[in-house]
This record gives sequence, structure tokens and C-alpha cells, in this order.
Amino acid sequence: MKQVLNREKDIVILGIESSCDETAAAVSVNGTQILSNVIYSQIDLHTLYGGVVPEIASRMHIAKINQVIKKALADAQITLDDLDAVAVTYGPGLVGALLVGVSEAKAIAWAKDISLVGVNHIKGHVCANYIEHPQLKPPFLCLVASGGHTHLVKATDYTDYEIIGRTRDDAAGEAYDKIARAIGLGYPGGPKVEKAACSGDPEAFAFPRAKIDENPYDFSFSGVKSAVLNTINSCKMKGMEIDEKLQADVAASFQAAVIDSLRERVLMAIDEFGIRDFAMAGGVASNQALRGALKEACEQEGVNFYCPSPIFCTDNAAMIAVAGYYEYINGNLAGLDLNAVPGLRM
Amino acid sequence: MRILAIESSGAQASAAILEDGKILAMEQGPFKVTHSETLMPLVSRTFLSAGIRKEEIDAIAVSGGPGSFTGLRIGSATAKALGMALKKPLIHVPTLHAMAYNFLGSGNIIVPIMDARRDQVYTGVFTFVIRPDQMIDFSVFKDSCAISITELMDYLNELTSLDGNPPLVVFLGDGVEKYENTIDELADFNYALAPDELNLQRADSVGIVGMVYYFEGLITDPDEEAPDYLRPSQAEREAAEKKK
Repeated sequence: MKQVLNREKDIVILGIESSCDETAAAVSVNGTQILSNVIYSQIDLHTLYGGVVPEIASRMHIAKINQVIKKALADAQITLDDLDAVAVTYGPGLVGALLVGVSEAKAIAWAKDISLVGVNHIKGHVCANYIEHPQLKPPFLCLVASGGHTHLVKATDYTDYEIIGRTRDDAAGEAYDKIARAIGLGYPGGPKVEKAACSGDPEAFAFPRAKIDENPYDFSFSGVKSAVLNTINSCKMKGMEIDEKLQADVAASFQAAVIDSLRERVLMAIDEFGIRDFAMAGGVASNQALRGALKEACEQEGVNFYCPSPIFCTDNAAMIAVAGYYEYINGNLAGLDLNAVPGLRM
Repeated sequence: MRILAIESSGAQASAAILEDGKILAMEQGPFKVTHSETLMPLVSRTFLSAGIRKEEIDAIAVSGGPGSFTGLRIGSATAKALGMALKKPLIHVPTLHAMAYNFLGSGNIIVPIMDARRDQVYTGVFTFVIRPDQMIDFSVFKDSCAISITELMDYLNELTSLDGNPPLVVFLGDGVEKYENTIDELADFNYALAPDELNLQRADSVGIVGMVYYFEGLITDPDEEAPDYLRPSQAEREAAEKKK
């Protein structure tokens, strides 16, 4: 169906995302409607190396970015002339990868005389929730967990956030990748550990649930990771084979420890801050066991639970176009000197 | 016929607009400031200086490598997006060719060298030949490559030994400073080092080569443009070595 845009009123934004190993572009209208969402995933390339190789990722972004943008425009049945702004992820992420999207976005904005908006990737993940849940309005509590980030935040507004807790070491998704490698499941770890965990016993091993004294809301996954590695090593020393059963039990016990620490902090925050709405975001939010556990916990507390569909949990540009919309209507525009900020904070 | 030229492979980014071989404007960025901050403002200022509207260019020439991987990608993404948005073709200009054009028309053997680290240089060996009709042809002895400085010097010693009265060899580029002593030690021929003002990558040279390519029909679809890195990534290199 041809999208009929009201050029006077509708705000049409092209979102561009290239912070890691997905080249993505999407078109949003008024921050809620997604007209297209194109993702070119490089995951097969990086699987060969057991993780994302920054230089390879950057090279692939250059090779694919125009095609991805053109497909997003074609799917939305619009042209660059219909845009009000270009929104682009400028951090956090891999600097070489980010720079491809940022350079591309700046040149489009200048060539078409339209606004440029720099978007924080983590805020983008949070905003993915608005796509399918227009009833969700700030303030709400959000757990953002992915391969690069683990944050518990309070969205005080569409563009403003208070950080309640963050990981002290590995991100949750990173821990999944490392565990997967250790028990021989390969890359990417998230879906593989989750699948193996389905047939395992979550109580087979008692892995630790870390507590951080200075801030009880902060996370740490290095302890559980070390415990898993030690377990694997001692099994090997005893001459035990890392068979499917052992893989499943380790995966299930590890996942139980991760879910417990996430759930505990979420429940604590719900209680302390009088939260009515809770949302998940980021690649790890695709994990069905985690979604199920947090949904159940929220329901028991009488808190509304929200979570984007997996396609909006993974790195995507629809969330960048939506976050970009809210920055745009708040007048948060970027200049042509916008730079990538790999360690950008929320 | 107007060309926008973009250069971001080295330490200093620049943009230029040429009209039929005349340089209407060139803007250069400060040294060692990230190209991502400077390049688009440079492009924008170049149009203002040239008094040209962005729709009035016919093509975009981009310095296509080798060079700093990140720098090249900033230029490449900028050119790709401009080409797509303005519906103009790109001209992929080998960076070392453009550097040789800093000495357009000289009868010297021109050898740009860029420090490629890992004991290698990005280099090529070029010259200009005056045709009977007085026009100038660009001629390639050895095209863009990543080799060691000793390999390059061996090549140049052999090349110059073939000619009883070989032309002067001119070295330029950011690799000269690093390898000045090695060049002096190994050269069996007369050579000179480029003066500072002709030593580095410049957008106007990229534009001049771009103009030549354009008239030869060597244009690129913006969607297909990508830098010539001349080298696989470290991860790919290591994987290939393991296989051996």
C-alpha cells in the first residue's frame, strides 16, 4: 500500500545504524510508525573469527551502506526528498564502524538540506519499545542488555534518562559469548547458550550471583564467567568429556545465574522507585527465558511489562529513527562536525 | 564540467572544486584533527568559496586509497552519500596517482611513499610523458602496492640502470621522513625529496586525475565505491597464516 504522507505535518526520519556488525537503515514517521526496517547482518563473516572483527565490520559497512539505505527508502516508498531529518548512531560502538554511518548521514543531510540528528545507540534500544507499544510513556524502568551494554535506567522523558545501574565488567551478552566459546558452542553465544539451556538442569551447578557493595543496582558478570570457566577446567582435569549433557547443564546453570541477578535488581528498583511500567531492550532481550522470567516477576508485582519483538531488539535502525524523532522535536540537532564517540555514555 | 574532489587518506583532509581543469576553490583541514569532524565542513566551505551550488557539479572524485583505513572510509562514505543524494557519479582516484600529479608534467620518475607500518610502504612508480602533440600522458612503471622499502629501492635501482641517462627520481609522501636514511643508503641513482608544499595528498590533484578519468569514462556507481586498502585486515591475515 502506498504510504500517503502529509508533508505539512508528518515528520519523516531516515535512521542509520552501523555501530557494530549490522548495517541498518529505516524510515519512521512521527516517531511511532515504521515504514521500513532494513538490516544487513554480517554475522556469518564474523562467525569465522569467533567474534566481531572491527576492521572487517567497517569494510562491510562501506560495501553495503548505500544499498541498505536505498532499500529502506524503496520499502517505505519514499525518496530522500521526503525526509525531514537523518538520524544516525554516533556512539557507543566500534569507532571505525560508527564513522561509516556518521559520514554517510552528514553527507546526506548536507546534500538534501535537512536536519542531522546524532543518536545514542543505547537510548535507541530503549526507544525500540515505542514502536509496538505506543501506550508506553515515560517515566518507566528499562533494562538494556546486549553484547556491549547492560544498563538499568529510568526513562524520565523521551530523551532523558537516569542511570540506576550498569555493569562493572562484561556486558550480559558478552558473558554469553564467552561462555559459549568455553563450552564449545561457538559464536554467537546468546542464541546457542539459550538453546542448550533448554534441555539442561539450571541447578546442576551453583554459579555465583554477584553483589556490588557501592551500588546494589550495578551488575557484574565476570564472577559467574570465571566460575563457569573453572567448572569446565576441573571437568577436563577429571577427564570428563564436554558432552551435550554437560554443555546443557552448564548453559542452564549459567543462564539461571544471569537471570537471577537481572531480576533481583529489576524487582529492587520497581520497589524503591514505585515503578508502574517496566521495559526491556537490547539484543539480550530476545532471550525467551529472560523475557519470561521478568514478565512473570512484573506480573506478580502488578507492573506492566513491555518488550520489543526480536527484530527491534537486535541492532536496527528503526529504533534510531524513533529515538532521532524525539531528539529532533526537542531541537537536539547535530552539526556537520558530528563525530563518532565510541565510549558515549547515556 | 565541474568536479568536487575529496581527499582524506592522510594526515590532512581537503576538498576542492575544479571547473575544466581550473581549481575554483580548495579548502584544507588542520593537521591531525579527525577527518570525521573536518571533512563535511570543508566540503561545504569549498562550495561557498567556489560560488557553486551543490547541484552544479557533474561528478565527485574521491581519493580511493591506499592510506589510513579509517580516513579512507570517511572520504568514501561521504562521497558515496553525496553521489547518491545528488545523483552524481563517482570517480575512484588511486591516492598514489593523485600524489604523482602533484608533479604533473615533470619529466622525473615520481615515487610517492606512504608509511604503511609493519615495515612496509604504500608506493608506486610513475612518470609523465610528453606526447608528440605536446599533450602530457601519465605513465605507470609500477602501480600501487604495499612492499618493503628495500624491495622498492631494488626495483628503482634496476629501473634506473636500464637507462644510460636516467631521469631524476623524486620521492614524496609522509613515508619520506621515516625512510630518508634508507633511501640515501640504498639509492644508486640521483634523487630528490619533494618540497613540503608538494609532499602530501591534496584534493586538487585528486580532482585533476578525476577529470582525466571522467573523460576516459572511468566513473563508478556510488553504491559500488569502496577504498583500495591494498591489505587484508589483521584478522584475515592471521587466519591465512594459520592455514599455511
